Amino acid sequence: MLILECPYCGVKAEETELSPGYEAHLKRYGPGASDDEFESYMFARKNPKGVHFERWRHVYGCGKWFLAARCTATLEVFGTYPAQTSAPPPDLIEAIKAKRPGWEGYK
Amino acid sequence: MSARLAKGGRLIDRSKAHRFTFNCKWMRGFEGDTLSAALLANDQMLVGRSFKYHRPRGIVASGPEEPNGLVNLGKGDRLEPNQRTTTTELFDGLTAESQNHWPSLENDIGVVNNYAARFLPAGFYYKTFLQPRAAWKHVFEPIVRHSAGLGKAPKDRDADRYEQAYAFCDVLVIGGGVAGLQAALVAGRSGARVMLLEQTGHWGGRAPVDGVEIDGQPADAWVKTTVQALEAMENVTLRKRCMGAGVYDHGYVLADEKVADHTPGDGRPKHRLWRIRAGRIIAATGAIERPLSFAGNDIPGVMLAAAVRDYVVNFAVSPGDRTVVVTNNDDAYRTAIALHQAGLSVPVILDARLTATGALPEQARKLGIRVETNRAIAMVQGGKRVKRVSICAQAGEGAVLEEIACEAVAMSGGWSPVVHLWSHCGGKLIWDEATACFRPDAARPPLNHDGSAMVIAAGAANGALPAADTLADAHRAGEAASKPAGEAPKATAAEEAPMEAVWLMPQGAPVKLRAKAWLDYQNDVKVSDVQLAAREGYESVEHTKRYTTLGMATDQGKLSNINGLAVLADALNEHIPQVGTTTFRPPYTPVTFGALAGEARGEIFQPLRRTPMHDWHDAHGAYWEPVGLWRRPYCYTQGGESHEKSVHREVLNVRNNVGLLDASTLGKIIVKGPDAGRFLDMLYTGVMSTLPIGKCRYGLMCNENGFLSDDGVVARIDEDTWLCHTTSGGADRIHAHMEDWLQCEWWDWQVWTANVTEQYAQVAVVGPNARKLLEKLGGMDVSKETLPFMQWADGMLGGFRARVYRISFSGELSYEIAIPASEGRAFWEACLAAGAEFGVMPYGTEALHVLRAEKGFIMIGDETDGTVIPQDLGLGWAISKKKADYLGKRGQERSFLADPDRWKLVGLETLDGSVIPDGAIAVAEGKNANGQRNTQGRVTSSYHSPTLGKGIAMGLVLRGPDRMGEVLDFPKIGGGSVKARIVDQVFYDKEGAKQNV
Repeated sequence: MLILECPYCGVKAEETELSPGYEAHLKRYGPGASDDEFESYMFARKNPKGVHFERWRHVYGCGKWFLAARCTATLEVFGTYPAQTSAPPPDLIEAIKAKRPGWEGYK
Repeated sequence: MSARLAKGGRLIDRSKAHRFTFNCKWMRGFEGDTLSAALLANDQMLVGRSFKYHRPRGIVASGPEEPNGLVNLGKGDRLEPNQRTTTTELFDGLTAESQNHWPSLENDIGVVNNYAARFLPAGFYYKTFLQPRAAWKHVFEPIVRHSAGLGKAPKDRDADRYEQAYAFCDVLVIGGGVAGLQAALVAGRSGARVMLLEQTGHWGGRAPVDGVEIDGQPADAWVKTTVQALEAMENVTLRKRCMGAGVYDHGYVLADEKVADHTPGDGRPKHRLWRIRAGRIIAATGAIERPLSFAGNDIPGVMLAAAVRDYVVNFAVSPGDRTVVVTNNDDAYRTAIALHQAGLSVPVILDARLTATGALPEQARKLGIRVETNRAIAMVQGGKRVKRVSICAQAGEGAVLEEIACEAVAMSGGWSPVVHLWSHCGGKLIWDEATACFRPDAARPPLNHDGSAMVIAAGAANGALPAADTLADAHRAGEAASKPAGEAPKATAAEEAPMEAVWLMPQGAPVKLRAKAWLDYQNDVKVSDVQLAAREGYESVEHTKRYTTLGMATDQGKLSNINGLAVLADALNEHIPQVGTTTFRPPYTPVTFGALAGEARGEIFQPLRRTPMHDWHDAHGAYWEPVGLWRRPYCYTQGGESHEKSVHREVLNVRNNVGLLDASTLGKIIVKGPDAGRFLDMLYTGVMSTLPIGKCRYGLMCNENGFLSDDGVVARIDEDTWLCHTTSGGADRIHAHMEDWLQCEWWDWQVWTANVTEQYAQVAVVGPNARKLLEKLGGMDVSKETLPFMQWADGMLGGFRARVYRISFSGELSYEIAIPASEGRAFWEACLAAGAEFGVMPYGTEALHVLRAEKGFIMIGDETDGTVIPQDLGLGWAISKKKADYLGKRGQERSFLADPDRWKLVGLETLDGSVIPDGAIAVAEGKNANGQRNTQGRVTSSYHSPTLGKGIAMGLVLRGPDRMGEVLDFPKIGGGSVKARIVDQVFYDKEGAKQNV
């Protein structure tokens, strides 16, 4: 059972307080998008063995959505940050690169 | 015969005798006995039957690895199947029954399987049940169902209660042997918050039985002082009878404390499930001795050497007058010495090694015990108990050199560290060639949230088997989990010479012997079965496990794992580490469902949501229907009428007079802010931003896939405030959906949402007399002119602060009135009083459904199932053609959703007036690739309409709206079919005359 620190209220929240929202930093494709773009937005998910950026909601806490960078293989958590951004914070990227030299980046 | 010795027994209290029954036979034991010890003390060597061949089975072990001693414990509302006799503490009045036999343990018919064993090899069931298919259904399955299963399932409601507790600590030590005690002591002295768990009722583990000395004093004395020191520390919590069941992500541990298993009915909870969050976990879980694989190693009386020692030293139980010891290591000599010291005979120690010159063999020789090297057991003879052993050379193929009469055999194939907790969360293992076991690889531990090691293995669980190493290793583990703590105490025990791996005895045993050499006693897996699996191509250990059932059921790799792997590796001509192990999964030993459920059962299994009028409904004949966590009245029964009659009466009363519906469960979400209109335009398929203040509009919400997700009426409250009604079950989901989009996609839009569902009670006043009722209450102008259809107004109604919506889900003149929740019940009763002269009656959810179906209104969850778009339901009018975007718009543009050949909503009218079964399928000509009838539609709602006096239905039918008047065939379950005509889905008052008054 994971523990993730909510970047809004600072609570080290247990997984039972959270609800998952799958992959983070998806770009929404609406009307006018090609079939391929829409398909990749709706259905294609990364599912890596390793560093993964994902959405969580502190649903039984402050109610805020936040994003987390986590290793899906070891469950190591590299950091959490507010959802109101389209890219991870640069210092978090650096920290992950330091720990996972072979990491290919979040995109 | 096994029996109680006249003296000794470090754990029993001879002054307190307990009476108990086994298979209805009265027996006697002592306080401190395990059930196993007490059974053996009463010469009950036979305790069960094996699963497949029904062979006689006796007690093998003295701990949780016991494969055979599984009993139905207790009776009636306290019956528990599959309880291990080795871990069950004896109490006065205990009742136990053996399992897996018929008609009795002594005379079992299933044992014929034993004689057919050569026809029941590994994978027998898989091979046999493939063909013919009919044989499976009519012959094999009934037989297997009759014979399968260990133990009896309890039939009564559990009389006991269970509780759960949460705990947090810096260091959690699992295992209360000397290693666990030392690790806890080191961590405790550092000031860390420490929890120490021990699965049995005693501290100290094996060390006192094995004659270990610590810092010059006997282990027992050191254990006592150490426990006292720990108990004196405020930062240390000690729990006995508490089994560390599983290690999960980020230091989460489940532990099952057997509070009152040994004192049933004393008022305490039976178990307490601990949910622990630990900074660091020390697994000091010890090691389990391995059996040796020789023919007849499953006959009652063949036991693990350390278990024999435990029974003699701890419980003063003799396994028999003469015990043959067979081993590949020095440790088993301790058993021979313990038996000798108890005055029992050890006719011979058979050592598979070529030499045995260590301190323990020498001590045994000095005591006059005969020691033979390069010797093995060719075969144990006996049926329900051991009679004699035939001895052969380990190097040979089983030629008998000598036969020795004996009552018991103590075997030791070396020790395997208990690596379960280390492995649960991904800790890796390495193969230790010297001790022939897998042990934790400290370089690859399971990780914590910060990437540090979550679990530290300590002592024997870390492969540090000799007592001196165990204590030093545990000291180091305690330091690693807290801080350096100086010198470790010194443990001393007799030096042990290296063991030698022995996977088959004798090494060249022919198939006749291999087919009697058991690896897994419970599931009847023999050396020959694993070899057969390898020959048939099962190379993966996980596949072999499932094919042969090796290590399945309660064993979970405790006793059989390594021996099975070694045999498989040998058959595949691989090294053991290349073959690997099966996966260790929680729980370590079974945790009863009662403990997992805790207090969450019966009325408090889940929260119950009550509307403000709940108690009134309950007092007035409500027949409850669960709707999510809510309870809503399905109908209100009067006199002795059936539910069907109630619904009938309620529907007609709404159509003819006036009905009251408690609509409080309806979702109510306030959406407010400068960008609220723009936000709602994205959320709904229609346009909400243009809705004038004071008006209502029906809206549909889709997900990004385009599928209809929820519907409801939206009211514009003021310039920047809207109130969105959702379905009863959808309020929380839709509120979360709104927050998701607001926080994660349009975070720069100024919008706030609030779910006020429970802040308001809502009453629907429905029927031709609805206006009269409201006028009687008085205070507001609810006339057609002032409050027309699809408008709302605030005011004081009958003295209540009310918001009145003129909306209708029934086709009748209808008002929905929201009042503060605290006034809901009073308002409800005021409506009933005011409406008495107009024939008012409450109605329930079923009448609501019938009324809406008569009008052809859809219901989310009936007409929709997550694959239906609004266009399928003829709701194109509620979709804006002008908007550039809304959630689901791009999804709906996909070719298969825009296809005209979709199943679409229509009404269905049976030719004979009957009610079509809900969910019935309309068949089409021809058959599909699987030989099933093609389909062309299905029924989504079906009711008897009291208003029309016939069955009415709605359904989704292929190009339905284009096929008005066609007759479809709906086969019924159990034969026959119903014919129904495609009609318009509005069955009643098509013009809407009744609601526009």
